[in-house]
Order: sequence, then structure tokens, then C-alpha cells
Amino acid sequence: MADSIRLQVSRYRPEEGSAPTLQEYDVPLRKEWSVLDGLNYVKDHLDSTLSYRWSCRMGICGSCGMSVNGTPELTCGTFLADLAPGPVRVEPMRNFPVVRDLVVDIGDFMDKLPRVKPWIIRDDEPEPDGEYLQTPEELDEYKQFSMCINCMLCYSACPVYGLDPDFIGPAAIALAERYDLDSRDRGARERLDVLIEHEGVWGCTFVGECTTVCPKHVDPAGAIQRYKLKAAKESVKAFLLPRGAR
Amino acid sequence: MTVSHDVLLVGGGGAGLRAAIAIAEANPRLRVAVVSKVYPMRSHTVSAEGGAAGAIAADDSLDEHAYDTVSGSDWLCDQDAVEAFVDEAPRELLQLEHWGCPWSREPDGHVAVRAFGGMKKMRTWFAADKTGFHMLHTLFQTSLKYDEVVRYDEWFVTKLLVDDGRVHGVVAVDLMTGRVETITAKAVILCTGGCGKVFPFTTNASISTGDGMALAYRAGAPLKDMEFVQYHPTGLPFTGILITEAARAEGGWMLNKDGYRYLQDYDLGTPSPTPVLRSMELGPRDRLSQAFVHEVEKGRVTDSPWGPIVHLDLRHLGQQLIDTKLPFVRELCLKYENIDPVTELIPVRPVVHYMMGGVHTDIDGATPIGGLYAAGEVACVSINGANRLGSNSLPECLVFGARAGRAAAEYAATAGDPPAAIEAQAADEVRRLERDLLHKTDGHEQVSVIREEMQQTVEDSAGIFRTGEALAKGVDTLRELQQRFGHVAVADTSRTFNTELVAALELENMLDVAECIVQSGLWREESRGAHQRTDFPARDDERYLAHSLIHRNPDESSRLDSLPVTITRWPPGERTYGK
Repeated sequence: MADSIRLQVSRYRPEEGSAPTLQEYDVPLRKEWSVLDGLNYVKDHLDSTLSYRWSCRMGICGSCGMSVNGTPELTCGTFLADLAPGPVRVEPMRNFPVVRDLVVDIGDFMDKLPRVKPWIIRDDEPEPDGEYLQTPEELDEYKQFSMCINCMLCYSACPVYGLDPDFIGPAAIALAERYDLDSRDRGARERLDVLIEHEGVWGCTFVGECTTVCPKHVDPAGAIQRYKLKAAKESVKAFLLPRGAR
Repeated sequence: MTVSHDVLLVGGGGAGLRAAIAIAEANPRLRVAVVSKVYPMRSHTVSAEGGAAGAIAADDSLDEHAYDTVSGSDWLCDQDAVEAFVDEAPRELLQLEHWGCPWSREPDGHVAVRAFGGMKKMRTWFAADKTGFHMLHTLFQTSLKYDEVVRYDEWFVTKLLVDDGRVHGVVAVDLMTGRVETITAKAVILCTGGCGKVFPFTTNASISTGDGMALAYRAGAPLKDMEFVQYHPTGLPFTGILITEAARAEGGWMLNKDGYRYLQDYDLGTPSPTPVLRSMELGPRDRLSQAFVHEVEKGRVTDSPWGPIVHLDLRHLGQQLIDTKLPFVRELCLKYENIDPVTELIPVRPVVHYMMGGVHTDIDGATPIGGLYAAGEVACVSINGANRLGSNSLPECLVFGARAGRAAAEYAATAGDPPAAIEAQAADEVRRLERDLLHKTDGHEQVSVIREEMQQTVEDSAGIFRTGEALAKGVDTLRELQQRFGHVAVADTSRTFNTELVAALELENMLDVAECIVQSGLWREESRGAHQRTDFPARDDERYLAHSLIHRNPDESSRLDSLPVTITRWPPGERTYGK
């Protein structure tokens, strides 16, 4: 193994107005080092002005998503040795406005999240003294959809979101499905009302990239398909039955 | 620009979000805001793995949870706080259940509990081994239904505005634009988490830089029990990534280089094939990390590029148990160590994990500064004393987050508007940031260099075992580093998402926190829990059954005094494990 590897890192400062440029840095190539370790080496030893987000470095906080050689990845879980001999191109995630260097603006997602009502909805009944019973099988029904870390890789990979920023998007829909499938929840109807709107589930043309890139093995594409089916059933019911009978 | 709120949360992790919801529910008319340097779901609560303690099992009791906590703390906790904590923990965990937290379950649908270190009964609620992640996302998603909770995501608080003994708001940098703003508030709750990054090797996220501790300390609130730093016995050797104690609770063994379960040599009980509560691998973290150092001294450890290691053996648990109860452990080992715990030993070494000390508060999270509260790891109530038990910190965030929230809501409802004097303070702070950091032309010191020297200094002086000599040397070196920080250069002149500025501000905070840790360690001339002085190897209840309080003097030097420990029902006794 060579003892160093070249990173080509996207640099952009809005004050300087120009388009992003690639800056090259040579960093040590060590078998344990992730792409994030490489960036931290740059920041601490070569160029303190490089900006990027990171925090937990163990694939759970969702901060460090970037485009690595064109693929959306968590940089803390992508290893330099697997990309040797390089060079390794590190760019901001696609489909988001770039704020600075490798930092993107995810404000659009943060605004969309509350729209799918990602909380337990029950009628006004008082909460019980004990827990809501939920068997391990009932837990398994929604568990994989509860694993989303909001890292935004799926939005970055989604060609539909790239074309239509109004599309509510994979992670938000997966989260809606997470609560719909939770045996404690009664809010599926309310969420469906949101998701059958124009920018809800219908935007998706089932490319499936979201599921492919998910680092936590959530299946947003599957969630979207399930919603389309639910929505289709609803529209048939809407056609056949008066509202009160649905 | 100045914006105003009634209650301001600084930090949006477990404690901050729990407090925000408590305030919204206590008084929906209050204008609540959460200011956080990261999006709330990035907060370090997300990394907690093993679980959250709350006595619910038929064979368990609040008294037993309290006794385990008190003895685990080496009698340095306040027992009134512990009693309130164990009483409210089950209710808070149940509240999380009602909000949708995906707790692991028994076949009949009831919440399951698991064993944990230092706990005599099974009482740790868990969501597989991603408990913190699930708790944080449940809290964050639930908080979204309260329209009255406003968020300032990715804002960095640089100063608390305090006048005449009362807090009136903060100065903060909006990272996206670089603007420095004043946010006034009638009450402020610090929920900024811990400070693991003052050490070179930690499980903590990069954001755990002790910001809230430093803010409070500079504003005149004392920090309590700062000498007590928890080393977790099982971190991955290169990254410091945590392998949860749940791995041992499910039956994992600690082995030295001879394959020997060495904990039996350290007064922790005798080995048995299946886990025994409060024994061996289920002993408390301080004792396990200290046993590791003794194994190093005996030469019974394995060398690695990152220093000596021992092994955690899960092989006998089988793939099915590992995949059901410890899936994240397997994922982390495969990804970061390239080993599969189903068939291979996990290399581990002790790693800085948690700060028992923090901002001095009462049982409602109130600090000595009017209107200023603290909850979670940033605070020291104290329920953790000289050593925290695993799975007590997540419920601590909930119980004391909610308590601080309710207390702050009550305070804010009657507090007046901020005085004019704070405008001048805020203007001074803006000038300081401009002059000392953003527009400094003559700086020659580098943030990353000073940070690395600080981390090594703290490890060398305030590691698992300490001496007065090393601590005193640490104080001197930290003073020099603080001087050098005055000449730091921020090369990045951009206003937009300037992470070098953030790193400089964090380093400034860590230098203060580091000094408090080392000074407090020097003050306590005894060995208790996680504070082990080889020059004073015994516990000394006569002199030190007391909390340390470190204050900042106006000339920026520090001053130590102490506060008696509150004892209600459990007089100081011997800590016994494995019996």
C-alpha cells in the first residue's frame, strides 16, 4: 500500500462568488482511516480553512454525508484504503444548495419533516398508567423504518428530488410509514392526506436509488410503494363511497 | 439584531428536548427556543447504546436502584437527588414509550429490561443497542408537534448575559451567515452535554467540548466534582468507539492476553459462565478500568499500535443473540475493526466516556445564578458522585431535563424584562469576537496544535491514576496553553460556516474545563470512585465526603471550596462487588 493518497476536495466560498473548484491534498494512507479521517488530517495539518460537518464518527449522527467519487456516502464509514490508489474526489452532497465547501443546506428537509407528522397520534384518550403493549413481532413491523439517521444520502441520490424540490422525499416518507406501521399509532389517515397531495408520493418514479445508498438499510423506496398502494385504495374508496363511510 | 424568548435551551440533545417539551406542556404561552450548534438529531445523545435504567420489574424496587446508584457513586452523590431520580425515571421512560420510542419487548408485549454494570437487578430499558439514537429521534420528532418550540439550528452560543446575579440571555453566532446575534430570555437552561474532547482518546463525538460548563463557569456559576471523569473499559483501540456495556450484560467476558478472566483478581467476584449481577464483568466502570491498568503493570495485556489492549469475548453468545440484542456492536466491529464478534475477539482498551462533574445545580436544575439552569451531562446535581453507573445517564437527561424545564417555566412566568445593561455586555462580546478571533492579524498559534497539547496534558495529569505532582504540572502546562491561546490565529476569514472559528471557540471552552478538571483533582487528596490518587490511595470520608466546587475569580484564576454531601438513608459504607 502506498503511504499517501490524494484527496480532491471541492472548495466554495460564497463571498468569492465563483463556482466551486477542486483543491488537492495528499494525506497519509492508513488502513484504519476513513475519508473523514483524511479530511480531519487536512483541517488539522494542511488547511484549517476547509469546512465540513462531522460529529460522532461512528455512523449514527448523520452529519458527515458527502459525495465521494460521485456516490453519496457517510465519510466516517468510507475507507481510504478501499479507494486506493486514488485520487478520491470529495464533494458536497448533490441536490442541495451548497453553503460552503462541503457543507450543504438541508433546511428544506427540516421544513418538510413536520409535515408528515412524525409522532404518535392517538385520539384524545388519556395515556395509560403502564406501557402500550407491543409484541416483538409488532415492533418488527416498523423497526427498519425507525433506523433512519436523517443523513440525507437518499435525497442526494434521488433523481426525482433533483428535478422537483417540492417532492417530499424518501426519508420523510419512510418516517411517515414508520409511524403508520407502529401498533401504538392511529394517525395513518392524517399522514395519507399529506402524502397523496401532488408533491407527496406521486413524484417518485421508483428509481430505488434511495434504498441502495441508505447506510442504515432502511428501505424508503419500499415505503413509497406502500404509500402509493394505500393512496390508490383510498382513491377507489373515495370514488365508490361517501366520505363518512371510508 | 436582538430577538427575545421566555426560556432558552442551549443544546438540543436528550435533556434539552425533554426540557423544551416540558416547558411547552407546562405553559403553552411561553415562548421557548432551542439554540444548538448542531441540528438536534446530531446531538451526542444519539451515540448512547446500552440502555436507560428505571425500576419496573416485579422483583425490583426504587430503594434497590437508589442503593446501587449510591454505592456505585462511592457515596459522593446527593441521596435526595438520587431518590427523586429513581422515583421519576420509570415514569419518564414510560412517557418516552407513549411518545413512540421503540423499546425492545418481552414476547407478551411488555417493555424488556436487561442487566447492567453495578446494578443488582435487571432494570435497564433498551432499544436493542441503539437506545440513545432511538430516544433522541423520538424526542426530536415529538418536539416537532409543539409549534411553540422555536429552533436556532447551528447557532453557537459564545456568552451568557448575566447582570446582578441573573441571566438574561446569550450571544450566539449563526454559523450559516456568521452573524453575531443577541438572544434575550428570562431563563436559560444549559443542556450542552459533556466534555470528552478535552482528552485525546474518548468515545465522545467531536461536539462534546464542554461548552455549557465553560459558559457557566465564566458567568460565575461554580463547577462541581470536576475531578471525576469516567473511563469506560471497552473502547475500540484506534477510534475510541464505544462497545456498550450491554455486551457484557448479555454475557461477554473480559480476557487478558492469556485468555484469563482477569477481573477475578480485583475483588470483583469469581467467574461464572453466565452473567452474575454486580459481579465480574458486571462490576462498575471505575473498577474495571482500574483493573486494566493493573493488568498492564503485570504485563498480561496485548500490545497494539495504539497501546496495550485486552479482549472482549462475545463468541459464546452466538450469532442469534448478537444480532438481536447487540446488532450495532457487530456493525461497529465489522466496519471499524474488520473483525466479526460472532467468531473473533474484540480488542478493547479504556476510553474517556463521561463527566460526572458539571455545573453545580440543585435538585431542580437551578444554578446559583438566577434564571440559569442546567440538565444532563453538563450538570452535576449530583446523582453520579464519584462514578456513574451505566444506563443512569439517559434517564438523568429525562428526569432532570423535565425538572429543569418546569422550574425554568415557573421562573420565566414571573421574571421581568432584561435590563439595559446587557446590551453593553452583548456589544462587548461582539467586539471581542471580531477583535480576538475574526480580525486578528498577528496570531501565530494554531488551534489544532494547542488542542492536541491540551489533550495530552489532561491525559498525562488526570488519567485513570493520578498524583499530586502530575496534576500540579498539568495546571502549569494548561496555564501556558491558555496564554498561547491568546495568540491563536483563525486563518479562515469567511463569515459563512466558519468551522475554524467554531474550533477556536470550542478550544477556548475546553481550556477552561481542562483547568477545572486538573485543579479539582489536585484539591482532592484521597481516592474515591474514578478519582484515584496513588499518593493518597484511600478514601477519606473525614476530609472529603464532600463535593468540590471550583469558582472563577474576576482575575480569571480559580478558587476551590466544598459542599457537604446530602445523606438521607444510606450512611457511607464499603463498596462491595461480587459478593
